Amino acid sequence: MSPELLQLIAWSTLDTLTMVALAGVFGTLFGLPLGIFLATSRANELFPAPTANRLLGLVVNATRSTPFIILVVAIVPLTRLIAGTSIGTRAAVVPLTIAAIPFIARVIEGAIREVDQGLVEAARAFGASPLQIVQKVLLPEALPAVTLALTLATVSLIGYSAMVGAVGGGGLGDLGIRYGYQRFMPEVMATVVIVLIVLVQGVQSLGDLISRRLDKRNRNS
Amino acid sequence: MPSIDPQGGAIISFDGVSKIFPSRSESAEVVAVDNIDLEVPEGAIVGVIGRSGAGKSTLIRLINGLEQPTTGHVHVDGLDIGALDERALRQARRSIGMIFQHFNLLSSRTAFDNIALPLEIAGYVRKDIPGIVEPLLDMVGLSDKRDRYPAELSGGQKQRVGIARALATKPKVLLSDEATSALDPETTSQILTLLKQINAELNLTILFITHEMSVVKKLADRVAVMEGGRIVEQGTTYEIFANPRHETTKKFVGSVTGGNVPDWLRDKLKPDYQPGRSAVLRIAFTGADADQPVLSRLTRGYGVDFNILHGQVETVAGHPFGTLIVSVAADPDLLGKLIGELTQSRNTVEHLGYVA
Repeated sequence: MSPELLQLIAWSTLDTLTMVALAGVFGTLFGLPLGIFLATSRANELFPAPTANRLLGLVVNATRSTPFIILVVAIVPLTRLIAGTSIGTRAAVVPLTIAAIPFIARVIEGAIREVDQGLVEAARAFGASPLQIVQKVLLPEALPAVTLALTLATVSLIGYSAMVGAVGGGGLGDLGIRYGYQRFMPEVMATVVIVLIVLVQGVQSLGDLISRRLDKRNRNS
Repeated sequence: MPSIDPQGGAIISFDGVSKIFPSRSESAEVVAVDNIDLEVPEGAIVGVIGRSGAGKSTLIRLINGLEQPTTGHVHVDGLDIGALDERALRQARRSIGMIFQHFNLLSSRTAFDNIALPLEIAGYVRKDIPGIVEPLLDMVGLSDKRDRYPAELSGGQKQRVGIARALATKPKVLLSDEATSALDPETTSQILTLLKQINAELNLTILFITHEMSVVKKLADRVAVMEGGRIVEQGTTYEIFANPRHETTKKFVGSVTGGNVPDWLRDKLKPDYQPGRSAVLRIAFTGADADQPVLSRLTRGYGVDFNILHGQVETVAGHPFGTLIVSVAADPDLLGKLIGELTQSRNTVEHLGYVA
């Protein structure tokens, strides 16, 4: 492989990492509060708002059922509004974030709902406010599961990022399509796939490691 | 008998309290607690015993406002719990500690940090916390487990952390929700001893719910028996053991005093007298007579032989207390006299039937 191609692969990897990192951060920024709200706002829960819970649930489901490639195209006006442009790597962060928010919200909701309700009852019995229960009980207890959830979200984002080439998003997926497929350079395609595998493995292993460190439930095993 | 001055003011009182859970869909509503009156004197240890579904969990949750009464009033230390707004209720809960059957410790916090949790919630300054938590760890005998996570502790140690946590904000009342039901008998005994010690040292009022009469026997000064949301009987622990009136109470008492008729005997019991059959009596020896040779006196006086079939003598609330199931070869006439004699000396006697 020529040095130019290698450099291209390096740049594309960096593009992918940038997109995934930004979308992950923004997605968590909005997805985490949304997930907490979804997990605590049904009737008789900490912040009861069943109507809002149901409405947000519908929006989340709708976003998640839209195929990502269609979402990318459908929200072009929004992308232009936020990123100032609708093409390029920077623009691609917008649809990636929009797709990541409901995904992250749902997995975090699941992680929080796993927390033993007895702990919530105990905290209430000690005079904790709903906000304190979230801060001091639900989030710390759900942290190992939240870490795994965010790992899952990051891996999904790496997959999604391969599709943003459709709007000139760059990254490894785009490189694979343009060079590996359209110019028929199988060695580029193979390299792209290998780099993606390494990335996903790395993210997953790191997530597992952090989650295990945080989990105090099975200290002896 | 522990001196409980009824005039000494109740720290917890229920006045005509009912809790009705509304029906889901069209099924019937559930009356979990039905018009209950109950007073817990300050410094006392009061047990509420009942089978599962009797309403005792709801009862205990009405005290710290985890449930709100449908009708009636629950007062704790002068405060009408049902009338408080959220903020005042949270404040009130800080003077009501609670321990749980499954401990409910945070798995992400060490023993020390679990005990510190109520203090953090109450807004204590961080540097003041060790000065409160360390003595508590010492009191429950876990100073060496300070930095252990719950997963590294045994059930009994977890409950000790739970007790220390419940005491962190210096409550006046401790609520115990089946605190020993998940523990083995020996650990249960240790936890009960610890609770008694805390009650004595801190003059802390304890209200506990349980389904085990052995826990009531070891721990309670007073006991209330619940059935179908109502308190069917209440009194001092000794009164309840010596003279249970309600069927449910009799079963609970019998479960620990050997007063329940063993199966092999129940199968042989006949309701009517025939020559050659012996009468079977259940005698509860109470009060001053528990240590008197009542049976041998009757043997000499009437020339009859008692055959002891089943029984137990032990201590309840500091008094000797015995139950014997005996058979005696006596016709109805003589039997009447024997029962008369036995009852005269303040024992309770029950004629169960006859055996061949």
